[in-house]
This record gives sequence, structure tokens and C-alpha cells, in this order.
Amino acid sequence: MNQPRILIIEDEAPIRRFLTIALGAGGFEVLEAERGRKGIELAAVLAPDAVLLDLGLPDIDGKAVIASIREWSQVPILVLSVRDGEAEKIAALDAGADDYVTKPFATGELLARLRAALRKRPIGTIEKAELTFGTLEINLATRFVRADGREAKLTRKEFDVLALLARHSGRLVGHRQLLTTVWGTAHAEDTHYLRVAIGHIREKLGDDAADPRFIITEPGVGYRLLGE
Amino acid sequence: MTTPDQSRPTPESFLDAARAEEASSRPGRLKIFLGASPGVGKTYAMLEEARLRARSGLDVVVALVETHGRVETAALLAPLEQIPRRVIEYRGQMLEEMDLDALLVRKPRLAIIDEFAHTNASGSRHPKRWQDVLEVLDAGIDVVTTLNIQHIESLNDVVAQITGVRVHETVPDAVLDRADQIELIDLPPEELIQRLKDGKVYLPQQAGRALENFFTKAKLTALREIALRTAAGRVDAEMLDIKKAQADRTIWPTADRLLVCVNEAPVAKALVRAGKRMAERAKIPWIVVSVLTPKHEAMEAETRSATQDALRLAETLGAETVTLRAESDAAREILRFARERNVTRLVIGRSRWHNSFVQRLVGLIREPVSETLLDEATDFEITVVTAHARAQRRRALARGPAPHPATWLPGFWRAALEASLAVLAATLLAWPFWFWLPVASIAVIYLVAVLIVAFRRGLPGALLGSVFGFLAYNFFFTTPYFSFAVEQYEAVVGLAVFVVSSVVTGTLASRLRAQVVTMRATQARTETLYEFARKIASATKSDDVLWAAVAHVARVLQADVLILTPDAQGQLQQVQGWPSIDEALDPRDLGAAQWAFEKAEAAGFGTGTLPNATWQFVPLATADRPFGTMGVHFHDPSRAKDPETKRLLLAVEDQVAIAVERNRLSEEVANARVTAESDKLRAALLNAVSHDLRTPLVTVIGATSSLAESGASLPENIRAALATSAHEEARRLDRTVQNLLDMTRLGHGALKPNRAAIDLREIIGRVRADLGRVLTSHALNIEIAPGLPPLDVDPILIGQALANVLENAAKYAPAGSSISLAARRVGGNAEILVSDSGPGICVADRAKVFDLFYRAAQGDGTPAGTGMGLAIVKGLVEAHGGQVTAEAGPGGDGTTIRLVLPVASLSPEGPAA
Repeated sequence: MNQPRILIIEDEAPIRRFLTIALGAGGFEVLEAERGRKGIELAAVLAPDAVLLDLGLPDIDGKAVIASIREWSQVPILVLSVRDGEAEKIAALDAGADDYVTKPFATGELLARLRAALRKRPIGTIEKAELTFGTLEINLATRFVRADGREAKLTRKEFDVLALLARHSGRLVGHRQLLTTVWGTAHAEDTHYLRVAIGHIREKLGDDAADPRFIITEPGVGYRLLGE
Repeated sequence: MTTPDQSRPTPESFLDAARAEEASSRPGRLKIFLGASPGVGKTYAMLEEARLRARSGLDVVVALVETHGRVETAALLAPLEQIPRRVIEYRGQMLEEMDLDALLVRKPRLAIIDEFAHTNASGSRHPKRWQDVLEVLDAGIDVVTTLNIQHIESLNDVVAQITGVRVHETVPDAVLDRADQIELIDLPPEELIQRLKDGKVYLPQQAGRALENFFTKAKLTALREIALRTAAGRVDAEMLDIKKAQADRTIWPTADRLLVCVNEAPVAKALVRAGKRMAERAKIPWIVVSVLTPKHEAMEAETRSATQDALRLAETLGAETVTLRAESDAAREILRFARERNVTRLVIGRSRWHNSFVQRLVGLIREPVSETLLDEATDFEITVVTAHARAQRRRALARGPAPHPATWLPGFWRAALEASLAVLAATLLAWPFWFWLPVASIAVIYLVAVLIVAFRRGLPGALLGSVFGFLAYNFFFTTPYFSFAVEQYEAVVGLAVFVVSSVVTGTLASRLRAQVVTMRATQARTETLYEFARKIASATKSDDVLWAAVAHVARVLQADVLILTPDAQGQLQQVQGWPSIDEALDPRDLGAAQWAFEKAEAAGFGTGTLPNATWQFVPLATADRPFGTMGVHFHDPSRAKDPETKRLLLAVEDQVAIAVERNRLSEEVANARVTAESDKLRAALLNAVSHDLRTPLVTVIGATSSLAESGASLPENIRAALATSAHEEARRLDRTVQNLLDMTRLGHGALKPNRAAIDLREIIGRVRADLGRVLTSHALNIEIAPGLPPLDVDPILIGQALANVLENAAKYAPAGSSISLAARRVGGNAEILVSDSGPGICVADRAKVFDLFYRAAQGDGTPAGTGMGLAIVKGLVEAHGGQVTAEAGPGGDGTTIRLVLPVASLSPEGPAA
């Protein structure tokens, strides 16, 4: 069984070393690049299964690396970013990144994100209709939702939002993606629709934003349904 | 400069020597070739010396020498380097003058400058050449020059008496004292007369016969004697200097002092010159004093300026000048001052009017000062100098019609008019009663009229009033009526009594009036001065100080006033002005301003430097440096010479300097305080970094090193515990670093909240996730009022703020207790209360806990913290327009941190379906 190959594009040697150890222990094969151009080259030559990209590279801008890779590949890209780079994160997501991890991060968190990203893979595979996340059950075919054993009556939009999050469970879904998918491209900036809808969903699922069990808010960026 | 006390080695004597030494090392040395008369060969001797020095390799330049067409002189001059003269056009004439600036630029070691007493053409920088020479000396250039004794100020009178010719080009004696060396060029009179006959002496044509009369043997001998004595006197002085330097202590007599009393009388200048000679001869310091009494205040400026001229002359002659003030008794004031200053000799003048009738009449009431002094100053040696009345009058005539009557006459006619009106009124008033009242009572009515006129118009009014009153009274009320004849003996007595009493009361009334006027003037002056002092004292900015100064000076001097200060390039700029800040200054004015600023002395109109500028500039300087100059443009040019003006400007200079200095010092103190604060902050930051960053690292390094070195041999649970603690501490370190970053950004104002509408619950969710295990030992009770609208905040920043507040609560509240977070809407804001059951914060500390690096007073064993957390909370919350306060917890226990944050204005409902 060949292990998933992860390409790490990161200029800081200690972080590369730590990632190599941590990912190796997590069952991944690691490829390293310390510069952006080198990373693009390796991504093209070695065709990794996922890319871990540091946004602050010395040679070229991280977003340019994403755009460059996206020209020929849909390989999942995880961005490593600092806390205050909200605009940076959104720009990276817009450029085609799939998710991000804020430095400093816990290994567990990184591995979970990476697995969630890799799960996106199967193209053309038939989607499972029944999804279960802890005590939350969602039937995509019948649009039936049950939380803690009780049925939750969601409106159409609310269900669409929840379904989108569920299909990408464990992964970040950005405001823009949610809005354009559910409400259409005309409402790409109307984040308050989303805020209200999420509020209602949480209420109906019996979820508490202050102590969330199902939906996690990534302030200013998007939402995430807790995986598995 | 006073004549140094040459009798005793006083501290000043050492100071003098030190000063002389310093002066000789830095500024140039001055050598003067002194001659008794023209033609003795001074210029020749000077040029010979120049040639000798030049030959010995010294850098010698001839700045100005007049050859007057003499071949020998020209031959001596030829090999020497000469500076071309400057040509000045004055009233169509082309005048040649020494090019001072070219000389200063050339900067030789030695400059040859002829005719020390020469008067420069109008438009030059200085009116006199000796002033040019002083500037050259100040520039460190040695100067050799020539001078005839009749040009020496103190000898001016004496020489004029001998020769009958008065020269107007004089050099102050104080300047001669600057000379390091004086060489007398002596020529026996016979030889000089022979030279004259040979045509070897240059005589200006206009001098004509007058100068020829000059060259008689008797006169030349007298002049030669004076010249020799002057030179010898200097040798004496030099020897005394040496003696002083050697501190040759023999018996030293007590110090004598000479006091010259001057007033507005024309004799004043002669008094000053006499005083100078006496002081010189006796080698004692001398003081020239004038007394201002109310009488002076009432005088015409013209008259008053005579006193000031005398005082200025005294200053140039090297006297100390003092102006005293007295209410009425000038003599007593002089004596008080004289005794105070250890004066032993008095020089006083005697008025030429002394024997006149008027003086005698007034003298009945008021004795002249000189008489009082002679009577009372019995313990002084007194010299009385009498003016040559004829000479004085002649000079007055020569000067043309005196301006005095012109200004006085209108006053006289007014007095006459008022006197006649008053007498007329008295007559009309008395007329109806004459039948019933005794004649003596009617005289009283006239007396009242005279009193009124006297009070209004002074002594002339009193005299005219009494004359008119006397005539009217005689005409109307004494028999025979309507006639000036006097019949009865008692009427004559009555009339006499009337005249005397009206003169006496009139004089008294006029003096009273004068005093009232003076008092008013004094009061007004005091008030404006007080107001100025008050304004300037309250001014906290230099700009306000300067503004107060210009307003005050403009008002008091009735002048336009400007203040110039240098800008960054050192160019003087007009920074304050009255009435306008933008006066058009011509190049001469600008030159004067520059001079006043750079040389720290007055320049321009009414001074010795650039006098043909229209503005006068005085320097503004604090103790250690000049900071600008104040320009004054007098509406009435005569005020420029008024010593009152000089005094006022000096006072303003001082006041402004003090105020500016004070402001500068207080700024420095404030800066020092800021520096101290930031030093404290830096120390706290260093402490935070060293302590609060290292503490977590101890655990991280310790735990990870044991895992790395002996992980395999450790039991599973120990390994897990080590890893967990390392992890927790690393996260704490991360938060500390985040706080440091936030603090830096708050400090730079670089923190721009990226606002969005967000539910408080969502923020709390993130915060809990971030805090991880920090909150595991405490229960967090969240009570958010239903219907709380979303907040309008940056979720990340407010998340950080809440995290800090919660972490703080968890740090102080005992483990196992609960922390509550309650939120509700209050107006347009959300109020969030975070309460813990910790030890609480005492009232005094509640505001301070939000100060950077402040930690509430704690006992031992308190949890570690940077003291940054709450300060950052405050900064973050305030960046959102919110507030944060600390108060007692519910029921008075523990602490509640209250945060007030804005809510989103409208929450547009999403189209749910």
C-alpha cells in the first residue's frame, strides 16, 4: 500500500524537520522544498497527493505558488499561515487553496486537516447519501436531518448550507463558496445571510456557538463541520 | 567700563589680568601711534613698522592709509599689499571708505588702518572708524592705527580751549583702554613748524586759517605736553597693572569714588568731562548720576534728552551711569546714593540761571539741588563747575532757533486764555455781591480762580492768573472804582497779600498737578509692565511669549514691532509682529537684524551699528544662546534715543529671555519625564521578556529534553505528562508573544479593527478552543441575554481581548470555582461582564490594572503574568470605540471586568427559505 505523498514547501528548516517527523509518524511520505519555485517544480515532477504551503516564502509569494500549481493540478493545497493574516488566508483560498492551518499548530489538528483534504479525492465515485457526524445524521437524498436523535426541520437554504459543510466535513468551507453555491453568485458578499442561516441551523441542531459540537466558526473566513 | 581700582589687589584685579590675558590670546591686538598734532609723522612711523613686520614674514595688509600726496609715504606704501577701497555714493558725491568686509574676508595677521577717529560716510555699517577697528579686532586681526590727542573724548575740551578749534570726531576713552600698546610720536614744535613751512604737512583746505593758527609754538608746546602726559599716564597705568599682577601689597588707601551729578542743564556735558579728568588723575572709579523727579516727567522730551546725552557721553568716557528716582528731594536721593556707594568726591554744576530773578523767586519756595548739596554734603569733597554762560548761549544760537519756545508758546497762550476766563468768571460771580460782602471776601473768590488756573496750567497759569486777578480786583473792587489807581493804604496791603498768596498757592497747586500727572504716568507704566509680566508668565508656548512682547512694546513705545528668529537654514524669519507680521524690510534693516542676532548687541536705527536703517534691532538671547532679534520701528524717531526706551527694551529682552528659557526648561523636564517613563516601560518590557518568555521555555526545554534523552525508559504516563506540560507551556508562550505583538501594534496605532457582524457566542467558541486547558480547572458559566444582536467588532481582536480577560480570571480564581460571563444589550452597546471569585482588586488599583506592566499588589506565590494582558484588553476594546473597567465582583467578592462593545447597527434578516 503506497503512502500518500505530501509536498512541504517551507523555508524554515526546523519546521520542515518537525513536519517530516510528524507526518512520517502519521503515515505519510514527505517531499521537501525550501523555495517556492522549487516547490512548483517538484509538484509538477513528483505529483504529490497534497501540498503543505507556507505563505511567507523568500523567493515568490505563496499565492503565486497556489495559482501556478492550480494551472495544471487540483491537488489539495493546505496553507500554513500566521494568526492575523485573515486577508491573506482569504486571498489564498480565493487563489485555490483548500484549507489552512494557523501557526503554531498541534500535530493532531494538522493531520486531521490533511486527511480531510485527501478525502476529497474520489472523482466520479458515487456519493454516500447517509452521513453521520457523532450524533448528527444527515441524509442527502431525503434531506432529512437528525441531531441527538431528534429530527431538525431545516429550511431549504439551511439544508443546502449544512449539506455543503457535510460534503466537506472537517474541511474549511469559505464564506464565498457557501454563498455562491447556496444563494448564487449575486450574493457572494452577503455574509449576513450566512450568519443568520448558521445561527438558525445551530439553534435547530441544539448546537452552542460558545461551545460547539458540530459547526465551527472560522471568524472572518468561513465554517467547518467537525469531521467524523 | 570703569577705571580699574589701581590701589589694591582686589579680586577684580586678578580678573582683569586674566581677562587681559584671554583677550590678548583671542582677539587682535591694537597698537596706536599717538601724536600731539597733525604732521608729527604718525602715518610714516606706522608704515615703517608695517614694512618691518612684513619683511619679518608677517602677513600684513594695508586696509586704509591716506598718503595725502606725500612721496615718502607713497614710497613706503608701495611694497605693501593694499585692500581696494569701497566707493560709497552719498548725495551725488563718491566717497571712498575702508572696505571692512573685504578686510574681514582677507583676514591678515595685521591690518594697517589710518586715522582712528575718522567718521565714515553715511551708509557704512558703523558711523565711526574706531567701531570698524573694534570689529576687526574681534575677528582676531591685529591692528595698527594713528590718532591725534585732540580726538580723545576726555581731552576734547582741553584741546579746544588751547587751540580754539573744536573737532567733532572723537574716540571714547574706553576704546583707548582697549589698546595693547600706545606709541607716542614726538616731534619738537620747532621741527614741526619747519616741516609745515616745507609743505610736508597735509592740511585740509577747508581748515584754512583756523588750522594755521593752530601751528603756533605756544599751542604746539601745550599740545605736546598733553600728549606726553597722556602717554606717561598710560605707562603709569601699565606699571600699576604689573604691580597688581605681582600683588605688591604695601599700604592701600581705602577706595575713593567720584560722583558726578548731572541734570538737563547745558553744563552737564562739561561736568562729565571734568569728572573724567578728575577721576583719571586721582585714579578712582567714577559714577555719573542723574535724578528723575516728577518735574522731569512733565518736561519736554527735548529738554530731558540733554540729561541723556550727558549720560551717554559719560558711558563712552568709561563711567558707570545711574539714574535715580526721587519724589521731590533730589539732593537727599543723591546723598543717600553717594553714601551707599562709598563716594568721597562730588562734582556738581551751578545753574547759569541761578542769579536770575525768577530763580530767586522760585528759590523762596524750593531751593536748587546744588544749594542743598552744598549745605548738606559736608562729609564730601565737592567741586562746583560753573558753565560759561556766554559760550553756552553762543552755541545755542549757532544751532539755530531753539525748539523750546515753539512748543512752549501754545501752552503759554492757553494759560493766558484760561487765566483771563477764570478772572472774568470770578469778576461776574463777585459782582452781584460786592455791595454786601467785604472787599477781602471778594479777594478770596479771585484766589479760587487763580488756584483753578494754577492747577490746570501750572506756574505760568498761577502767575498770569494772579496778575489778571490783581488787575481785575483793583479795577472793579477797590476805590476808586473802574481805575487802576490805589487810594487806601489797606487796599494796598490787601493787594500785596493777594499777590503773594496767589503765587504761593498757585505754585503749590501746579506742583500738585505735576505730581498727579507723574503718578498717573507711573501708574500706567507700572500697570502695563505688570500686565506684560503676568501675560508672559502665563504663556506656556514661546509663541505666546513673543506675542505678548511685541504687543507690549508696540503699545508702550508707539512703534511697529517685529520678532525674527532663525529657521532651519539659519535664515532669519519674521515670526511675530505688531501690527503686521509681514513687514517689508530693506537690506539695511535685514543687515541690522542679522547683526543684532549674531553679535548679540543692538543694531540699526539709533545705535552705533548701521544707524541709517529704519528699524532698530535688539538681540533676544537666553543665558547660553541667542534665539532671535526684536525690531522696533518708532513712529516718533526721537524716542529711539530716549533712555527710557532703552531701559524698556532691555527689560523686555530680559523678560522674554527668562520666559523662553523657562518654557524650554519645562519642556526639558517634561521630556525627561517622558524619557524616564519610557525607561521604566523598557525595564518592564525587559522583565516581561526575560521572565515571562523564559518561564514557559523552562518547562518546554526540560520536558522535551527528558523525552528526547530518556523517552524510551520512561513509563508511558510520565511521557504523556511531560509532553502535555511542554505543550501547554508552549501555547502559553505563544499567547505571550501574541500579546507582545498586539502591544507593539497598539503602541504604533497600527491596529485597524477589521469589523464584521459576529455573534458573541461564536467568538467565545473560538476563545475556548484557543485557551485549551487553561479553562479546564474552572467552570465557565455563560449567560447571554436572548436577543443580543451580533457585535460590530473584529472577531480576532475581541477574541484576543476576551481570551486575556478569561485567562486572567482563571489565573486568580481558585481552581474549581466558576467564572461567569454575562452579556446583555445596553443601548447601542453590548455589555459583557466577566466575573471571578478570586481575591479581587482593591479600589485604588482598579484603574491601574489596565496600565501596561502593572500588576496589582500581590503576596507571595502569585501566578506569573506579564502585566500586559489587561493593558492589551483596554487597547483592543478602545480601538473598537468600547470601554473596559474593573469593579468588585457580584456580592462584593472577586473581580468583574466590564467590557462595553458596539453592536451591529442593523441585522438584516437573511431570506431564510
